[in-house]
Amino acid sequence: MIPLQLMALALVALGGLAVVAVRDPLRQVLVLGLYGLVLVVLFVVFQAPDVAFSELVASAVAFPFILLAALAKMRDRK
Amino acid sequence: MSRRARLILFGGSVTILVALLVWGLTGLPAFGEFQGQYGRILNSTTQSSRHVGNVVAAVVFDYRGFDTLGEELILFASVMGVALLLREVRDEGERPRDEVRSDVVRAVGLAVIGPVVVLGLFVVAHGYLTPGGGFQGGVVVASGLVLLYAAGEYRAYRAASPSSLVDLAEGAGAGAYVAVGIAALLAGGLFLENVVALGTTGTLASGGTIPILNAAAGLEVAAALVLLFQEFLEELFEE
Repeated sequence: MIPLQLMALALVALGGLAVVAVRDPLRQVLVLGLYGLVLVVLFVVFQAPDVAFSELVASAVAFPFILLAALAKMRDRK
Repeated sequence: MSRRARLILFGGSVTILVALLVWGLTGLPAFGEFQGQYGRILNSTTQSSRHVGNVVAAVVFDYRGFDTLGEELILFASVMGVALLLREVRDEGERPRDEVRSDVVRAVGLAVIGPVVVLGLFVVAHGYLTPGGGFQGGVVVASGLVLLYAAGEYRAYRAASPSSLVDLAEGAGAGAYVAVGIAALLAGGLFLENVVALGTTGTLASGGTIPILNAAAGLEVAAALVLLFQEFLEELFEE
C-alpha cells in the first residue's frame, strides 16, 4: 500500500467520525458533503475513476440537496 | 431499557462484531491482489471484441446490459412514484419570488452553470471511451440545472425545465433503452445483443449499441433527477 492510499484511508476514517460527531443537522449535511469529497479522493487513489465520478455527483449535489430541502421544510413547520 | 442493560447489550454485540471482522480480515487475500477471473478475461478481451476503451461501460451497457435495463426501470418507477405521490395541480402564479441577494453567489453560481452542463454532456458522450458514462454524466447535467435554482431563482429553474419536456425526456430515456433491445430482436439477434457495427476503437463512433444505450441512460438519469428535484422543491414551497 503506497502512502497516498494510506492517507486517503485515514482521511475517510476521520471524515466518517466527523460526520457522526457533528450534532446539528444543517452542519452535518455540509460535513457529509465534504466526507463525500474525501471518498472521491479515495476512489481516485485506488484507481476507480468511474465510482469516483458517481460518488462526486451523488455526495456533492444530489444527496445534500434533498437533505437541505427536507431540513428547510422542517424548519418551516416549527 | 436501563443504562446497565444497554451497556451489556452493546458490549456483547461489539465483541461478536469485532470477532467476526477479525476473522473475515485474516481470510482476505493480500492487499492489491485481484482474484476476479471474470475481470481478467474482460480486461483482455473487451477492447478487441467490443471496440470500447472503458471496460466498465462495456459491462454495464453490453455484457450486463439486461441488468442495467432493470436499474433504469427501477429509477424510472421510483421517480414516477415520487411524482404520483407529490405532484398536484398547482397554480403557476403562486410561486414565490426568491432571488438570491448575494452578488457573489449569483455571479459565481450562474457563471459555472454552462461549464457544468457541458462537462455533463462530455461525460455522457465519452462514457465508453474514458471513465464516466450515462449515469454519472446525467447527474452532472441535472446538477447544472439545480445550480440555476441555487444561484438564480426558482422561476428561472422551472422555465429552463418545463414539466412537459422533463416528463417526455424521462419516458423517452427509459423507452429508448427497451427499444434498442427490441431492435436487436428484430435484427435477428438476442434481446439487447450488440448488433450494430462496432466502428473504430477510441473514436465516438465505436462500440455498436453501447453509445446508444449510454445516451439513453444519460437522458433518463438527467430527467429523473430534475423531476425529483422539482417535486421536492414544490413541496418546499407548499404551505
